Amino acid sequence: MEFALWTALAVPVILALLSLPRGITHVSRLAPVAASGTILACGILLVIATADHQVPTAAGGILRADALSAYMLTVVGAVGLASTWGGLRAAPTEPSRTIGSYESLLCVFMAAMSLAVLADNIGLMWASVEATTIATAFLVGNHRTRKSLEAAWKYVILGSVGVAIALLGIVLIYAAAQNAGGPSLSWFALSHTTLRLDPALIRAGGALAVLGFATKAGLAPMHSWLPDAHSQAPAPVSGLMSGVLLSVALYAILRIQAITNPVIGPDFLRVLLSVAALLSLAVAAALLIRQRDYKRMLAYSSIEHMGMMALGAAVGPPAIPAVLLYMLGHGLVKATLFVVSGRILTAEGTPVIAEVRGLLHRRPGLAIPWLLAMAALLGFPPFSIFFSEVTIIFTGWAAGMGVTVGIALLLLLVIFAALTRLTVAMTLGSHSGDDGQPPPDRSAHGPRLPVILSLAAAAVIGFLAQPVGELVSRAAAVLGGPH
Amino acid sequence: MFDTTYPQAIGLCSGALLLTSVLMVWRHSLLASLRLLALQGLALAALVAVIGIKAADWELLLVALLVLVVKGGVLPWILARQSRATTRTIDESPRLNPTAALLAVAGLTVLSYVVLGRILASVTTVTAQAAPIGLSMVLIGFLLLLARRRARSQLIGFLLLDNGIATVAFLTSGGVPLFLELGISLDVLLVVVILYVFTGRMRTKFGGTDVDTLRELHD
Repeated sequence: MEFALWTALAVPVILALLSLPRGITHVSRLAPVAASGTILACGILLVIATADHQVPTAAGGILRADALSAYMLTVVGAVGLASTWGGLRAAPTEPSRTIGSYESLLCVFMAAMSLAVLADNIGLMWASVEATTIATAFLVGNHRTRKSLEAAWKYVILGSVGVAIALLGIVLIYAAAQNAGGPSLSWFALSHTTLRLDPALIRAGGALAVLGFATKAGLAPMHSWLPDAHSQAPAPVSGLMSGVLLSVALYAILRIQAITNPVIGPDFLRVLLSVAALLSLAVAAALLIRQRDYKRMLAYSSIEHMGMMALGAAVGPPAIPAVLLYMLGHGLVKATLFVVSGRILTAEGTPVIAEVRGLLHRRPGLAIPWLLAMAALLGFPPFSIFFSEVTIIFTGWAAGMGVTVGIALLLLLVIFAALTRLTVAMTLGSHSGDDGQPPPDRSAHGPRLPVILSLAAAAVIGFLAQPVGELVSRAAAVLGGPH
Repeated sequence: MFDTTYPQAIGLCSGALLLTSVLMVWRHSLLASLRLLALQGLALAALVAVIGIKAADWELLLVALLVLVVKGGVLPWILARQSRATTRTIDESPRLNPTAALLAVAGLTVLSYVVLGRILASVTTVTAQAAPIGLSMVLIGFLLLLARRRARSQLIGFLLLDNGIATVAFLTSGGVPLFLELGISLDVLLVVVILYVFTGRMRTKFGGTDVDTLRELHD
């Protein structure tokens, strides 16, 4: 099964190189879709291997796929497919400067995320998270307008400074390992070590590393790059960043937690993550109430959901399976929403909510997937976000975090009301056209199948105890959860 | 022979690192900052070489060479490449006046000695004693990022921050493994190239590189 580890990294890189030359645009157009498909296939192969109690490794143990890594690779592939396939651009009629390099950077971005989840080395994991910033910098600035340049500048500065703080933390963790006599950056070795790691160094290193990766995960108060970058990037890029890049950063936090917990206990990072979670929910609630731009609305909703996931991470082992399921469910739904928002933007020509009214009446082909996906995002059953949120809240209550969970629930209600109001304003609303009624536009403005598939997947994964439920429990067990 | 000069060499190199950082805060001209940055890269390379000779570790000497080329040469060169005439005349109008900034630097240095002194209380090697200098470089880098307005001055702050992290790494654990050092250097190099390209675009779109003009996106 070793080849699946290499394939997931090599194929996207090869596709990136292949899509660089100009003139073969219809080939390069499909490259990101092919890259995501390959990663998804490799992820599923590795999941099957880990179900068989194998742990495939490669490159002298630097690449390692346990149940958690295999699951994360599957999430990267699935959300990648939903974004890139759904956001497939029509064949360009005129040659443009950004064709080719855009697809190529998307493939590099996918490869960097795969490396981040497959690396059994916190240093290499750091380097690949930083590589995602590099790959997405020009994707965020793709439109070359003043606004997208501003968003890209803020994104790169905050992203790389934040991740640099994580590097400082990793350096301190490495120093602790070296002082204890076993210099290693392998998170497997560090979380299963019998060495006596210096608690002071691990505490400082863990706090800095979590703080740094939290910047990348978009948790408040380090979130300010996120709404700008997500609203300015092209729709598939926003879908990928929101749906899976944030989760990859949270995955890094979970791995760091698995290293620090045996040494200093769970309380220290629990407080840190709870504060970040509540702040994120508060920021999202405050800015969603009066939001005017629907892409920014989706961005703030990502901050909200990352806050809930961080709350789950703070609760610890009983909530981790729910957090992992949350990553997949939120990723699929958010990727779909960004893809549809891109289509609405193209069709309506405005990102302002107040100017898009009566969408259900005028463009049912866009409004119906939008409404369904918004319902999933708001946490309606049968979509899996509902089950994840409920589990996180109940396990948090059981773990004695009643006050934190209570505040979170209150903020969730505010966010629910705000998002419902905004969605209703967009889709129902009174029809303002007075120049006669144009016939309703039933076209989906892009491929229908990825939207249908990802919403269907988000609806059923919550019920599939057999492959999915068992998989997330086994993945959570890697982090020291219940078996 | 080397055993007696080793602590002095470590002290000399880390002193040079701190001195160049402080001077970067003091001097406002971009050209001076770039020269100081190159000098700092040199001091960092020397520090790595001293640690490498002491530990008789050939890999560390290779890392020293890498640091010398990347931090002492390539990065300052990229930043200075843009029309030399403007580099010579650009003066920063920072948000903090020099006296306040230098006072802040002194405060940050004391702070990092207090903090790292506690964290590294159990380690008594010569290098660990000097590690707070790395942390104070990180904090001074933050100060530059916050206090400077021009895009390229912010970039210098970012590089100072990165040099600080590298200093902490070398002083506390003798540096991370070589392949990682390569990866980290490549990442930093690419980030600087990207921000450099953005600076160029900023000049054409906004007519200047003052980051305060970036305020179109808000809620």
